[in-house]
Amino acid sequence: MNSNLHRLAGILAGALLACASNGAFAADISGAGATFPYPVYAKWAEAYRAKTGVGLNYQSIGSGGGIAQIKAKTVTFGASDAPLKPADVESSGLVQFPTVVGGDVPVVNLPGIRAGEIVLDGPTLANIYLGHITKWNDAAIKKLNPNVNLPGQAIAVVHRSDGSGTTFIFVNYLSKVSPDWAKNVGAATSVEWPVGIGAKGNEGVAGNVAQTGGAIGYVEYAYATQNHLTYLRMINKDGVAIAPSAANFKAAAAKADWLSAPDFYLILTQQSGHDSWPITGATFILLYKHPPDAAAAKEALKFFTWAHSPEGDRLAEGLDYVPLPPNVVQAISKMWHEKIDANAVP
Amino acid sequence: MVDIAVSDMSIPSDRLAAARSFSRSDARFRALTATAAFIVVAAFVGIIIALVSGSWLALKTFGFGFLTTEVWNPVTEKFGAVAPIAGTLITSSLAMLVAVPVGIGIAIFLTELCPRSLKRPVGIAIELLAGIPSIIYGIWGLFVFAPFFQATIQPRLIDWFANIPLLRDLFAGPSYGIGMFTASLILSIMILPFISAVTRDVFDAVPAVIKEAAYGLGCTKWEVMWQIILPYARIGVVGGSMLALGRALGETMAVTFVIGNAHRINESLFAPATTISAAIANEFTEAVGDLYLSSLIAIGLMLLCISFIVLGLAQYMIAILERRAGGRSQ
Amino acid sequence: MNRGLYARRRLTSRVFLTLSVLAAGFGIGSLALILGTLLTRGLNGVSLKMFVQMTPPPGSDGGLANAIVGSLIMSALAVVVGTPIGILAGTYLAEYGRHTRISFVVRFVNDILLSAPSILVGLFVYELFVIHMGHFSAIAGAAALAVLVIPVVVRTTENMLLLVPNTLREAAAALGTPRSFVIRTVTWRAARAGILTGILLAIARISGETAPLLFTALNNQFWSTDLNAPMASLPAVIFQFAMSPYEDWHRLAWAGALLITFTVLSLSILARIFESKRLSQ
Repeated sequence: MNSNLHRLAGILAGALLACASNGAFAADISGAGATFPYPVYAKWAEAYRAKTGVGLNYQSIGSGGGIAQIKAKTVTFGASDAPLKPADVESSGLVQFPTVVGGDVPVVNLPGIRAGEIVLDGPTLANIYLGHITKWNDAAIKKLNPNVNLPGQAIAVVHRSDGSGTTFIFVNYLSKVSPDWAKNVGAATSVEWPVGIGAKGNEGVAGNVAQTGGAIGYVEYAYATQNHLTYLRMINKDGVAIAPSAANFKAAAAKADWLSAPDFYLILTQQSGHDSWPITGATFILLYKHPPDAAAAKEALKFFTWAHSPEGDRLAEGLDYVPLPPNVVQAISKMWHEKIDANAVP
Repeated sequence: MVDIAVSDMSIPSDRLAAARSFSRSDARFRALTATAAFIVVAAFVGIIIALVSGSWLALKTFGFGFLTTEVWNPVTEKFGAVAPIAGTLITSSLAMLVAVPVGIGIAIFLTELCPRSLKRPVGIAIELLAGIPSIIYGIWGLFVFAPFFQATIQPRLIDWFANIPLLRDLFAGPSYGIGMFTASLILSIMILPFISAVTRDVFDAVPAVIKEAAYGLGCTKWEVMWQIILPYARIGVVGGSMLALGRALGETMAVTFVIGNAHRINESLFAPATTISAAIANEFTEAVGDLYLSSLIAIGLMLLCISFIVLGLAQYMIAILERRAGGRSQ
Repeated sequence: MNRGLYARRRLTSRVFLTLSVLAAGFGIGSLALILGTLLTRGLNGVSLKMFVQMTPPPGSDGGLANAIVGSLIMSALAVVVGTPIGILAGTYLAEYGRHTRISFVVRFVNDILLSAPSILVGLFVYELFVIHMGHFSAIAGAAALAVLVIPVVVRTTENMLLLVPNTLREAAAALGTPRSFVIRTVTWRAARAGILTGILLAIARISGETAPLLFTALNNQFWSTDLNAPMASLPAVIFQFAMSPYEDWHRLAWAGALLITFTVLSLSILARIFESKRLSQ
């Protein structure tokens, strides 16, 4: 055993030395944080590398992780699903800008109910998640859906068990439409849920909703579309009942007043506009004004410039993400030149 | 050399030299093993330091109340460790309740009952259960077991126990599939091989002559197992169970997927709950704010304290066992 | 002898032995269920591409090559570093300091380490390596895994060495063999099977760890064997892909799960066969 172990150790050590000396393929720009944009960043990174040879390695370690890592300077850029407050951005010497738009879609499991058949408004959704409305044939739901045959089934509330940007957007919306929610629960990446069961990830929520009759849950838009889930229509701020679609997310993003928001601190829930989907959100990038590694920061910004080109937009749309409106992209580029060290801006 | 050889010393020089070099290499080897043991302690101290410094803010803010409150509210930044501590203890005990008897049963089957030709394959099969990575248990639990459990077994259990006073509360609905019971069950499957593999190995190490003597006295198979082999191997069995309990207390991925992460204590085993490691894994990466992060690290520190207490009790138990057995040394 | 009593004793024996057969059935049944799931869901994702192409974004063609190699490198490094330390420390506990106060402390501390959640070990290594180096790296990942390997190996090594009969040691010592030599050639050899089990348990434990790698090795979308840079690992990829909305990622996640499990399983089986060959020689 001894001699065998020695031999094995020798082989392994040799192999490792060979590995260590062979770093030419390594990606030198790294980013970490938000989970919501991970698929689209990965898609962009692959296409960008095929085009330019520059590998940008983005990993979803969570928004909290992304913020912590950029502050610890272990990554070139951090990413967060909830924007950092302008004061915090400023005091940390960071800049912040959005990259793509997405949002949440409420989904249900009711026998005989098709996607988009049921309409809810914000306060009703909040009351369901507060546990005030417990039956599907509650008067409040009936009033919004006079022509739907609602069952007397109990509502099984499903929410995320893990902290997530998806949850943040959802509860931020509930806080805006329901004073009761704002007062008793509030908004964060994970909250003290008054009722319901927690399921892990979008997958977990969708799975649990699919398994449980009378269940309601919320998942990312891309998730609902890719898996053809039974979504609900929502009544938006202008009082229009709309379905979740790329156009409606885009409408919410376009309607928002980005240009006067310091550090793009803007949460896109409950935007006005005829076509605006109310549970919309953007995801953000954090970068140093004076990057410790200017060359890496410059490569990262080049990457995002390309990502916001029509080519990048097309890739994002293919995965059911919503690209930023052109005026926002221009404002971001302007901000880079104003705030970030000149040698780090492409 | 010649000088020594002609002197009066009774030990020939080459033997003396050999003895010296033996004692030198002995000392070196001993120092090497002691260093390795020291590394274990150093790693532990390092982790404790990292945890204490990380949880300082939370402990300072909440004080002793951290251990007595059930609130876990990231919005208002009020945190208490009662629910995850209770969840950890309950899931681990339930898992041990299932895994210890089953694990010992498997070891008995393997050493005494199994036909010779099957011994190896069955033994390997059980050990393979330990070879399945915990993330696989997690996704299997979430995507396969929980839906199945929710649709078939859970509603039946709820019905069966509906009229039995105590069990009615323990197995109260609604059936969600995920929750404390599911987590414990998956945990017990995971730790099973830790108990059975170590137990089997120590059973095999029991000298055959002892067993033969017992059979010679007319003992049944079960009596040989229960009264001869098990007591002889008990330190090994307890050691294996400790390994399993340690794993159960700290297991992250498998539990994280199926427990539901609710910071509430519920008397029903079917209700969602949380454990310390599940809460950390579910929330750590998305936690924004120093106090929130610090509180998560603080419950991690609590987990080490729990291990400390549980293991202390176990040591005490072993000591009593030893004394009762008349201080028989290994 | 009382016949009734004997009949009762035999009945008791039967009942408990039947229960132990059921226990074995429970264990094997669980294994079969899990492996069955992995096979049915993972098999159609397995192809040659899996071993030669990089982890793809959704909608692109790809495999798991970078994750497979990353996991191999980091696990191997962790085992190479952690196993000798674990075996030596276990040897100290069983051979030198069996009844000393120091080894009582070491043993106790080791058992606590066994239950430390892996994410906290990752956090510790993060503070130690990542913060000081200023970036994520495979070395940090391997270090975190090594910290997880050590206590498992210590525990099993000590357990198995304690079971080696003292008569063996005494016989060797009576021949004038130095103690260190006795340990290396007699006790280690006698306890070989058990120590190997311990190493396998440790490999199994680290091969599925995601949490400690997330904050140490990060992960990598691309091919990298640079130990000083972020490196991909199978569990991290499985975790991300399994929880994503995209069907092609799900397929790869299940295929990866199948791969990881069967690698660990065949490793255990090979080790067992190897071991039995040696014993029969």
